[in-house]
Amino acid sequence: MAYLDHAATTPMLDEALEAYVAVAREVGNASSLHAAGRRARRRVEESRERVAAALGARPSEVIFTGGGTESDNLAVKGVFWARRAARADRFRVVSSAVEHHAVLDAVDWLVEHEGAQAGWLPVDAAGRLDPARLRAELAEHGEHVAVVTAMWANNEVGTVQPVAELAAVAAEHGVPFHTDAIQAVGQVPVDFAASGVSALTVTGHKLGGPAGVGALLLGRDVAATPLLHGGGQERDVRSGTLDTAGIVAFAVAVESAVKGQQEYAARVAALRDELVERVRQAVPEVIFNGDPADRLPGNAHFSFPGCEGDALLLLLDAQGIACSTGSACSAGVAQPSHVLLAMGADDDRARSSLRFTLGHTSTDADVDALIAALPGAVERARRAAALRTPR
Amino acid sequence: MRVLAAMSGGVDSAVAAARAVEAGHDVTGVHLALARNPQTYRTGARGCCTLEDSRDARRAADVLGIPFYVWDMADRFHDDVVDDFVAEYAAGRTPNPCLRCNEKIKFAAVLDRAVALGFDAVVTGHHARLGADGLLRRSVDAAKDQSYVLAVLTRAQLDRSIFPLGYSTKAEVRAEAARRGLAVADKPDSHDICFIADGDTRGFLAERLGEAPGQVVDALTGAVVGSHSGAYQYTVGQRRGLHLDRPAPDGRPRYVLSITPTTNTVTVGPAEALEVSDVRATRPVWTGGPRPDGPVECDVQLRAHGDVVPAAVEVDADGLRASLRRPVRGVAAGQAIVAYRPDPAGDVVLGSATITAA
Repeated sequence: MAYLDHAATTPMLDEALEAYVAVAREVGNASSLHAAGRRARRRVEESRERVAAALGARPSEVIFTGGGTESDNLAVKGVFWARRAARADRFRVVSSAVEHHAVLDAVDWLVEHEGAQAGWLPVDAAGRLDPARLRAELAEHGEHVAVVTAMWANNEVGTVQPVAELAAVAAEHGVPFHTDAIQAVGQVPVDFAASGVSALTVTGHKLGGPAGVGALLLGRDVAATPLLHGGGQERDVRSGTLDTAGIVAFAVAVESAVKGQQEYAARVAALRDELVERVRQAVPEVIFNGDPADRLPGNAHFSFPGCEGDALLLLLDAQGIACSTGSACSAGVAQPSHVLLAMGADDDRARSSLRFTLGHTSTDADVDALIAALPGAVERARRAAALRTPR
Repeated sequence: MRVLAAMSGGVDSAVAAARAVEAGHDVTGVHLALARNPQTYRTGARGCCTLEDSRDARRAADVLGIPFYVWDMADRFHDDVVDDFVAEYAAGRTPNPCLRCNEKIKFAAVLDRAVALGFDAVVTGHHARLGADGLLRRSVDAAKDQSYVLAVLTRAQLDRSIFPLGYSTKAEVRAEAARRGLAVADKPDSHDICFIADGDTRGFLAERLGEAPGQVVDALTGAVVGSHSGAYQYTVGQRRGLHLDRPAPDGRPRYVLSITPTTNTVTVGPAEALEVSDVRATRPVWTGGPRPDGPVECDVQLRAHGDVVPAAVEVDADGLRASLRRPVRGVAAGQAIVAYRPDPAGDVVLGSATITAA
């Protein structure tokens, strides 16, 4: 099998898996007062320090969560609630049109259920945000803005955003800035303090850790109202028994991914460039999406004119090649990517897109397998798409 | 063969897919998303295309170990089946949407896409026999037989279709599903029209066609005997719900004899006026052999689950005409007339056409 969907999830690193299994064999609730509890607590706190050190944060700024979606929701809703509670006229949330649904839908929910107002920042044809647009937004609405949230790197087209510049603009207006860095950590340099952001989402399973565990890095001066109430764990912001084994494995994976980032990025980007070049040769009319320079090393995203992405996916899947079309609705129907649409693509181009993402286990053989299968798949998908009734 | 199994989330299509796997085919499961705004749960036994059905289909595919995808056919279904259904009623006819879905979606849009993508055939859980001789026959389970709604398929469509359930009863299919560990084994059958979840066809039509008050006229006297709020709410042969202002002079019940959209009139009359012996139909297909030159003695069925009557059928490229050997009541334009040749090995579908006049 050629697994070209590392941005969906990537295999666990050996050292993370071993750490997980070792700790999962131990008993102990990190909130218990006895020896077993203290041992679990110590593992959690050591992990907190490792995550903090790897990402340029203080240990007290690391809040362990159940993963990326929870961290995003906590950042968006939690900071919104806290800021509005402090001052009722802070009812606006500023975000970008290309966020992951964990942010997009959280913002929409605030609009629908909490009377929030949303300000959506546009992107250019490469999917890039312009800090000047944020400056204009905050100049106009700054006093009403509760929180700004913009991703570090896009999960679909791989474009890396000018996060430090955006964070600086938000800081000028004293507005907390959250970034979803799920796709960025381990792929590009990420430093919480140096970036100037107030909150940062990271998750385990995109960087070689387990699924279902992640963190929100939350500046010590940034208040967030909890989503989950209970035992008061994690600064009283995130109640729930700590997943000691998951947290240990997550920390091991974060540390490894960050330590190896440069070497990883150089190797994977070279392989990605080869993939892009060979796809272009095999299918000359292909459109390469996203920023050509400021992009994630493992991401290659294309539109195949005249094809439907879900037909291509089916055909490649039958040849043992795993890739992604973007998102599907709850019934499993492929949707045109909101990211591509925000970048100015029309519906047909958005529906014709496929994402190939490389990771730490990717090799030349994966690229060879893709190139062997792709031309035939494109030809068939074209025939299938030609049947569509024009409307 | 590389085959595509259409999986609704019900027991029939799950067992059909299982049998295709067992027959040695390379099977891929596809669930058709037909509703634009799918409901989360089935309400009662009605409808399909809910998220729960999609999940059930996926679980069945998991159990069978076959790839599974969801294909979005909602727009095609809306245009070719739902809009057509409304337009047919507006034109005073009584459509059969299941038949139209087979003709336009399952064995057209889906089959064409499958063939373009490299599949050889489509497998469905319909109850009808389609053997090596290429003839479409009634299911061994007379109560579940679906040959009537498949009779619209052309030779080319039948040649790319596999119906693995035709030689089994529904009870056998359910037992087999349980034996195979398919959780849908005891899922209730779907009934009625899948896109009218609450079963209220009149309400569905009224919402789309609006109020259109008109007169109910007695065929014998020409007198106005009542009023209606939309002629589309009536079907030929209907007796209940006429709300006539005055009883017929002969004191006998009145039935809908015809609907005239141009004057928005519903014509009623006594039962015997419903009797029809001559049926004309359009858009014929003939798959039970070469198209005959002269009249053929056969059986015809004039609505889903309706009785069969002997008839002499003549067919040409444009139409079909049937002389019924005994009169039949309540023949509605828009329904299909299906011709069968009685056969001890299962009655054979000869052909079908859409009724225009009776």
